[in-house]
Amino acid sequence: MSDHDHIYSTKLQDKIERNTLLMFILTALTVAVGGIVEIVPLFYLPNTAMSGGDGTYNNTQHKDLQGNAIPMDKIIWNPATSQHKTLAEWQPGDGVRPYTALETAGRYVFIREGCFLCHSQMIRPFRDEKDRYGHYSIAEESMYDHTYQWGSKRTGPDLARVGGKYSDEWHRRHLKYPREVVPESVMPNYFFLDKAAVNAEQTVKTMQVMTRMPFNPVPKSIYSDAYIAGAKAQVDGKTEMDAVIAYLQSMGNHVKFQEGVNYRD
Amino acid sequence: MEATQATPVKYDMDVVRWFTIAAIVYAVVGTLIGVYVASELAWPFLNFDIPEITFGRLRPLHTNAVIFAFGGCTLMATGFYIVQRTCSTKLWSNSLAWFTFVGWNLIIVCAVITLPLGLSQGKEYAELPWWVDIMIAVVWLSYGLNYFMTIGIRKTSHIYVSNFFTAGMIVMITYLHVVNSMAIPVDWATSYSIYSGVQDAMIQWWWGHNAVGFYLTGGFLGIMYYFIPKQSGRPVFSYRLSVLHFWTLTFGYVWLGAHHLQYTALPDWTGSLGAAVSLAMIIPSWGGAMNGMMTLSGAWDKLRTDYILRFLVTAMAFYAMSTFDGPVMAIKSVNALSHYTDWTVGHVHAGALGWMSMISFGALYHMVKKLWNTEMYSDKLVNVHFWVALIGATTYVVAMWVSGIMQGLMWRDYDEYGTLTYTFVESVSAMHPYYVMRAVGGAIFNLGAWIMLFNVVMTVRQAGAVRGTSPVAARA
Repeated sequence: MSDHDHIYSTKLQDKIERNTLLMFILTALTVAVGGIVEIVPLFYLPNTAMSGGDGTYNNTQHKDLQGNAIPMDKIIWNPATSQHKTLAEWQPGDGVRPYTALETAGRYVFIREGCFLCHSQMIRPFRDEKDRYGHYSIAEESMYDHTYQWGSKRTGPDLARVGGKYSDEWHRRHLKYPREVVPESVMPNYFFLDKAAVNAEQTVKTMQVMTRMPFNPVPKSIYSDAYIAGAKAQVDGKTEMDAVIAYLQSMGNHVKFQEGVNYRD
Repeated sequence: MEATQATPVKYDMDVVRWFTIAAIVYAVVGTLIGVYVASELAWPFLNFDIPEITFGRLRPLHTNAVIFAFGGCTLMATGFYIVQRTCSTKLWSNSLAWFTFVGWNLIIVCAVITLPLGLSQGKEYAELPWWVDIMIAVVWLSYGLNYFMTIGIRKTSHIYVSNFFTAGMIVMITYLHVVNSMAIPVDWATSYSIYSGVQDAMIQWWWGHNAVGFYLTGGFLGIMYYFIPKQSGRPVFSYRLSVLHFWTLTFGYVWLGAHHLQYTALPDWTGSLGAAVSLAMIIPSWGGAMNGMMTLSGAWDKLRTDYILRFLVTAMAFYAMSTFDGPVMAIKSVNALSHYTDWTVGHVHAGALGWMSMISFGALYHMVKKLWNTEMYSDKLVNVHFWVALIGATTYVVAMWVSGIMQGLMWRDYDEYGTLTYTFVESVSAMHPYYVMRAVGGAIFNLGAWIMLFNVVMTVRQAGAVRGTSPVAARA
């Protein structure tokens, strides 16, 4: 009858089964391994768009068709080396940049309304996705996306390269009453965004927070004190609808991709 | 300490009773919201131009309600029940258990208020605002501390395997929640993750898949290893296998999150590693499923008369199916088709409705009878609930499998001129019949939950007069 002496499984397991602390420690170690192996390297390996602060992005090297490394400041906008020095001057193709004040406000609305639950922002390297959405997404393009918005479901289409695809007016009508523009759509009506003013104070605070991030903060050279000081004026009088449209129109045209270059290794 | 072999231990079961009732109520509410959001996709007018109930705000409320309210209360009810009975002791602290109960329900109330208002951190299954995340951490640790300390003061020599599964869940969820919720607040309503892009994506799915792997699977396997033997009156088919099941699952599940990010900007090695381990996980998962089912060997005839056992065994069948479906979807070439489609939704619900809910219903019925020391008000209604739940779950899952595969095929289809055959919106309208079917399946499943609630309320009422006294004094 003595339960105390019986070994139900193996000697090792029996030892663990009799010792609460041992069980706790071994369990805590076992569950830690997978995460450490898969997550930690993403902070120091190349091709993960982790800035590292030295301008090499952990030695990321995209090679052009001649085999020469493409300078990283052609992929990620660097005001120091670019001919366009401020966010206002930045042009599509200058490289990945953080969001303007109005876009920041729009991104807040995008997250608040749960848009990411139906719209992905991550194009995969397939022929059909290239034809439908454009060039596949690369890590650098979401490096400033604190709280990434890649999504996991396409109840609606991908938005990673929606910028410039439709006019502002199209977006406005579509966001207000989607079925007036696309009869088969199942998207809710977002007419109420047109009536809500952008929260300027929150927008400014958000931009300040983005400069304080421990990983991939927005450089102070871009979100300069002067730029943040002017942010309030930028969003003044704008509605949440204006903000979301600005955000949507900013997506996907930052990097000038070269035909045939593999940006995934 | 006064407990001896002769006088049975008086357990702290009041808090378990409350968690049990709460779980059943949340099962009704959570699936009802699910039916509503599913209907919004079938008939968009149901958004009614009210921001608070638009799909984007209500869907997180559905997922949070079923995972944290229904799932969480079930796990806490069964956890506190199992740990006391398998350790032959009262809870380490009854008052701390009540703190857990009040705290957890307060969090649920906060979710019900904040999510429709649009407070979201923008991460799936981790939408709740930063200050609720802090509440979750505190309440979760109170549960964990009580659990481990109760194991520590056990009167039995061995720690039963169910407690291993629950312990694994408690530790892992603590890791996941703390790491994934790291954010800098902007104000009381808004905050942004300290990670961005690739790193944030990997951490989010490390969280996302292990919320499934440890919370919705590990914790519920603890339920399985206790309640199937109890309900069938048979010992676990193989205790050694259950131990192997625990360690392999605990080590392996953690790696799977990367398979959510195949072909994205995440480095290929990470996704491939996730896929490889996902495939390997078929072995422990099926070993465990077989172990649960074979526990009935020699007692299969009980399925004819024991409706509660039907829930438990059907859950094992769904568990086996989902743990096959999942690894298949992790294979890169399959994932290329299934990712971003309703197939994922179907897979999740095969697990959530077929496995997690079924095992919960079985365990909750079992506990209701024991906790109130009575028979069910109506065994027939338990049987009706079983069939309604099974039909609802199957309808839902089949609809989503078909729509998911169809979506995937439509998106990649080319015509004879080498151009895309379908516009995106054509795939949206092609989904309509399946979205209707899904809403119907969900509604049937929800009906089952109502039947359960009615049956349990009547059972408790009928037991009211003869309800056993509960121990009041908490262990000091």
